[in-house]
Amino acid sequence: MYSEKVLDHFQNPRNVGEIENPDGVGQAGNPKCGDIMKIYLRVENDVITDIKFKTFGCASAIASSSMATELVKGKTVEEAWNLTNKAVAEALDGLPPVKMHCSVLAEEAIHAAINNYRRNRGLPVWEEESHDELVDRHAHHHA
Amino acid sequence: MSRQVYLDYAATTFTAPEVVSAMAPYFTESFGNPSSIYSFSERNRKAIEAARQKVADVLGASKEEIYFTSGGTESDNWALKGVAWRNRSKGNHVITTKIEHHAVLHTAQFLQENGFDVTFLGVDAEGRISLDDLKKAVTDKTVLVSVMFANNEIGTMQPVAEIGAFCREKGISFHTDAVQAVAHVPIDVKAMNIDLLSLSAHKFYGPKGVGALYIRKGVRIDTFMHGGGQERGRRATTENVPGIVGLGAAIEMTAGRMETASARIGRLRDMLVEGVMKSIPHAKLNGAPSGERLPNNANFSFIGIEGETLILDLDGAGIYGSTGSACSSGSLDPSHVLMAIGLSHEQAHGSLRLTLGEETTEEDIRYVLSTLPGIVKHRREMSPLWEDYLKSREGGR
Repeated sequence: MYSEKVLDHFQNPRNVGEIENPDGVGQAGNPKCGDIMKIYLRVENDVITDIKFKTFGCASAIASSSMATELVKGKTVEEAWNLTNKAVAEALDGLPPVKMHCSVLAEEAIHAAINNYRRNRGLPVWEEESHDELVDRHAHHHA
Repeated sequence: MSRQVYLDYAATTFTAPEVVSAMAPYFTESFGNPSSIYSFSERNRKAIEAARQKVADVLGASKEEIYFTSGGTESDNWALKGVAWRNRSKGNHVITTKIEHHAVLHTAQFLQENGFDVTFLGVDAEGRISLDDLKKAVTDKTVLVSVMFANNEIGTMQPVAEIGAFCREKGISFHTDAVQAVAHVPIDVKAMNIDLLSLSAHKFYGPKGVGALYIRKGVRIDTFMHGGGQERGRRATTENVPGIVGLGAAIEMTAGRMETASARIGRLRDMLVEGVMKSIPHAKLNGAPSGERLPNNANFSFIGIEGETLILDLDGAGIYGSTGSACSSGSLDPSHVLMAIGLSHEQAHGSLRLTLGEETTEEDIRYVLSTLPGIVKHRREMSPLWEDYLKSREGGR
């Protein structure tokens, strides 16, 4: 059902934990659907120097969080913002169709953390793009 | 990591070697079609009737009341659709419960889409229906009540004898899906006033793909499988002779050792439950207390964890269990049974069912008890839900 990469990131998730006094923190998902992702950011000179996550959810949710944090660590805030759920899923060698929303959750959690960081800095928040193709399948996520 | 502990006997059992041996000749030597009149097929006809007698003996029925099917799902479909359709001139109301197996639940919904009114009875926090609710739900249009004998997820047993007595008094047909119960707990269809009962061989060490429906003599029911004249004209298709022989051998063997097996397995289950409740903080046992649930069933909720991760982590340790979490089922909603007993979504998502059986040993249970707490702790530590849960408890008291 899962690729080896998904299983690896599920069994040995990278960047698990919290950052004390983070520069940004964001959360996506809700317990009703069975997944919540929380992202903590440390930002120095517009670069994400550290990132940690905590996730309640299935194996693909944990693997998506782990992979997403790997992909944005060391990137600029803008580069991190442009990370798509598809890139997360591809980096994991794919997710089963019914689990694609887990990669969306990772994108959303990172966006939430970045906007939280921007708000803390007094900067205007960036606007989210919608994921209509997946919202339909998992509408209650976004409700 | 070579240890393998199978704790999903409610999903399916292995086929016992002695059952396989009993079946073997009917694949190769004695392969004749039982409907053929020559003497070559005589052995097969006799083997089917011997198996039928074994099933009847275990249920307290007579041989003529047992019909072989392809499994529990077909038996449930036949019972519900057959009785509802046959009695539609009498009434169009069917009563069942919210915690039935999908074989009953989805069949009842199909009836609903086809002009029947269906009442789905709720259950209490331990998964039991109330007899009062049943009595209140009955109307003069009620033609069928279908309440499972024991629940497949949480193991809770229903007050079947009371339901049976009430339905008999009212002249309403009473069906019970006893797939999880047959040969594991005592059943007497006459004493319990059961009119129809579904069973499946692969839940008691028989082969997959074969089951039976008990239909009390006199119950009005339509034919479900139309075709040839097999099963006294009520269920067409060439008999699955090896399967039927296997079902007969398995039910005789399993029911024969029921008392000792249930006592042994029940003790191990109690050891598992006590161990889990003691070693894992904020664990919840779902279902009824020991004695009012299937002896082999344990079902827990671990707040803060999603069930699929538990199953995969346990799999990594060689332990095979199941969960009512949505993520593992392919749908996005958690188990209807866990929701019906009033669990929150969070609790339902974090459920774990472990079901024991013939080859479960005390060493297996000890191994689970040495493995599971670490897995739960590890996954909780990375869960924001667990963090919130702890905070809410600190704040709340």
